[in-house]
Amino acid sequence: MARPCAVVGIGQTKYKRRRDDLSLDGLVREAALRALEDANLTFADIDAVVLGKAPDALEGVIMPELSLADALGAVGKPIHRVHTAGSVGASTAISAAVLVESGRYDTVLTVTYEKQSEGNATWALSGGKSGGQGAGGTFAPWIREYIRRSKAPEHIGWTVAVKDRLNALKNQYAHLHLEDISIEMVRESPMLWDPLHFLESCPSSDGAAAMVVTSEDKVGRSPNKPAWVLGHAKRTEFSSFPGRDTVRPQAGVDCAEALYKEVGITNPRKQIDAAEIYVPFSWYEPMWLEGHLIAEEGQGWKMTDEGATALDGDFPVNCSGGVLSSNPIGASGMIRCLEAANQVRGTAGDYQVDGAKVALGHAYGGAAQYFAMWIVSSELQPDFS
Amino acid sequence: MATDRDPNDIAIVGVAQTVAHERFDGPEVVLIMECVNKLLSDANIERSDVGFTIAGSCDYLSGMPFAFVSNVDGMGAWPPVYESHVEMDGAWGLFEAWLRLQMGDIDVAMVVGSGKSSPCDAREVFHLQADPYVVAPLGLDPDAMAGIQARALINAGKATEADIAAVVARSRAAAASNPHAQISGTVTGDELLAEPYDMAPLRAHDVSIKADGAAALLIARRDRALELTDNPVWITGIDHRIESHHAGLRDLTDSVSTRLAAAGVGLADGPIDIAELHVTHAHEELILRDALGLTAATSVNPSGGPLVGDPVMATGLTRIIEVARRIAAGEATRGVGHAASGAALQQNLLCLMEGGA
Repeated sequence: MARPCAVVGIGQTKYKRRRDDLSLDGLVREAALRALEDANLTFADIDAVVLGKAPDALEGVIMPELSLADALGAVGKPIHRVHTAGSVGASTAISAAVLVESGRYDTVLTVTYEKQSEGNATWALSGGKSGGQGAGGTFAPWIREYIRRSKAPEHIGWTVAVKDRLNALKNQYAHLHLEDISIEMVRESPMLWDPLHFLESCPSSDGAAAMVVTSEDKVGRSPNKPAWVLGHAKRTEFSSFPGRDTVRPQAGVDCAEALYKEVGITNPRKQIDAAEIYVPFSWYEPMWLEGHLIAEEGQGWKMTDEGATALDGDFPVNCSGGVLSSNPIGASGMIRCLEAANQVRGTAGDYQVDGAKVALGHAYGGAAQYFAMWIVSSELQPDFS
Repeated sequence: MATDRDPNDIAIVGVAQTVAHERFDGPEVVLIMECVNKLLSDANIERSDVGFTIAGSCDYLSGMPFAFVSNVDGMGAWPPVYESHVEMDGAWGLFEAWLRLQMGDIDVAMVVGSGKSSPCDAREVFHLQADPYVVAPLGLDPDAMAGIQARALINAGKATEADIAAVVARSRAAAASNPHAQISGTVTGDELLAEPYDMAPLRAHDVSIKADGAAALLIARRDRALELTDNPVWITGIDHRIESHHAGLRDLTDSVSTRLAAAGVGLADGPIDIAELHVTHAHEELILRDALGLTAATSVNPSGGPLVGDPVMATGLTRIIEVARRIAAGEATRGVGHAASGAALQQNLLCLMEGGA
């Protein structure tokens, strides 16, 4: 039966437009070694490796687990490769947890990356040869519909864009460090996909992220505080069909419900101390606050407007700067999961939420149809009463 | 039904596969739907009875990033489902599903492998598996690597060209009874050896024929498995291992990762009646037989194996299905399905199965 597991090591590279200083092997190895160092372990302590990234076409290397096996210390071991579109980073973290929770593997190294500078991400995100409209082009009409339904004022998107970039200034790994970011700067930046301005969109980043996940009986081997994985959930729905609610996808609602039920959360806004939510375009902060049952329908933008989602608010979201500040696509979901772990381990540095005990890591992908979420805690059995 | 099985034991309770099409003109999702509909109908269950679904496929075959997203349409995702995807052969999807069911809260999982390689030049595409800095620029694609591996095997005195031809002749003869095969028939070793070399010492017929196809299976925890079928095929172990990507660091005449996986599943703990091996280049069968310690008592690739039809990304899962089908039919008691990935058998997975309630 399922046994508990915890994150005992976290490693990140500096996220940047181009990491010309590192090969693909060097990039993933840098994150992996940092996670091992944090866990006070070596590759010899690892039983299996779980690798995740978005489409292979982004770098032009198919099934990269084959060529990266050596750099990840996987030779002679199992290496498993996950790909679930934009949600892949969180899906990969969850697959790693499953390997441990199943009882089959004690200690798993999980690594995700993207080296967007090797290829043309916009081509890939537009479906390659199929010639689609890209991520922003897909999401913009749904954001417009959210604005229509919720009657949210237009400055909400700008507010999120500024808040996440200010948070990123406290995070040494973040790609964007925009010292002079302001509402006016966001508003005056070029319109890409109405209502999304350039500065309301995520950057293209190179980078890798890694975690060491281990079983309860092995947690003591690592000196730093563990982040217990209290639960995880995934849900998927079709990308398109008549009657689909693209603003509030049912898969997102179901995923949150399943997760909260598993963990024992009845009031997410009160019981979760910090959240890392996949927000590649500014408006997805209020949309997911509602779509994942943290705010009532139509009320999510008010949380943003009132400052509840700021670092010093009552429900801090994306204290690390989020996807809006760093987006190595395949790793972006894992970064949400590991930043949630950072918060409950007390290792979030300058963007630490004081006393955070329970944190949410989240990612979504495809046409807002893939959802992967986990909740981590400083305690194996926190008191939610 | 009385059983000695542990409640955590997991069995294959249904299998499905399409024909290995030389070229399927419809979309990949149609191939998947054919399998999924058959699985659910044979098991007499609803889509909502499946607690976890996982698929394996490769975007690059269709040249369309996120191609796997469309495949969800064939697996069913409304109401929303708990689902995942590996950019690997479906056999690795089975590995994750098997582990997931061991957590205890879900009792049925569906695994799908699918590939439509006809839109691409598979050899050109799989060339991009190679390390992009040093190996790929040399043009070392998997077929070229296979030639090097076969040459090493012959030079080491472990095989002859006649041994390699015998694998092809036997595979084609076995395929006569396989309705999913692309090619079958009687051919002698001498006839095969009279053909010209392609990647010497390999000839064109030593290489699998890439196909469009899909395969799928259902697995269930003990209690549910016994409800769903009278002939459960128990998965007693799955293990997979990888070797160095750099051929110079490997003994190409052996499959060390297969040996490790065999030890991991306890292959040697009993006799193996049947083995289906992911042989995409004929000489690989000789390496794998040796690594698995198989004797003449084991029937190897009774379906003809991938040499008679290679539905890329479903090929490994199909090996497991071919074994499960025969165990369920009572033709074998204990068998192993093998899946491989990468050039020259870099990565290998074994799924050990046995019959009996």
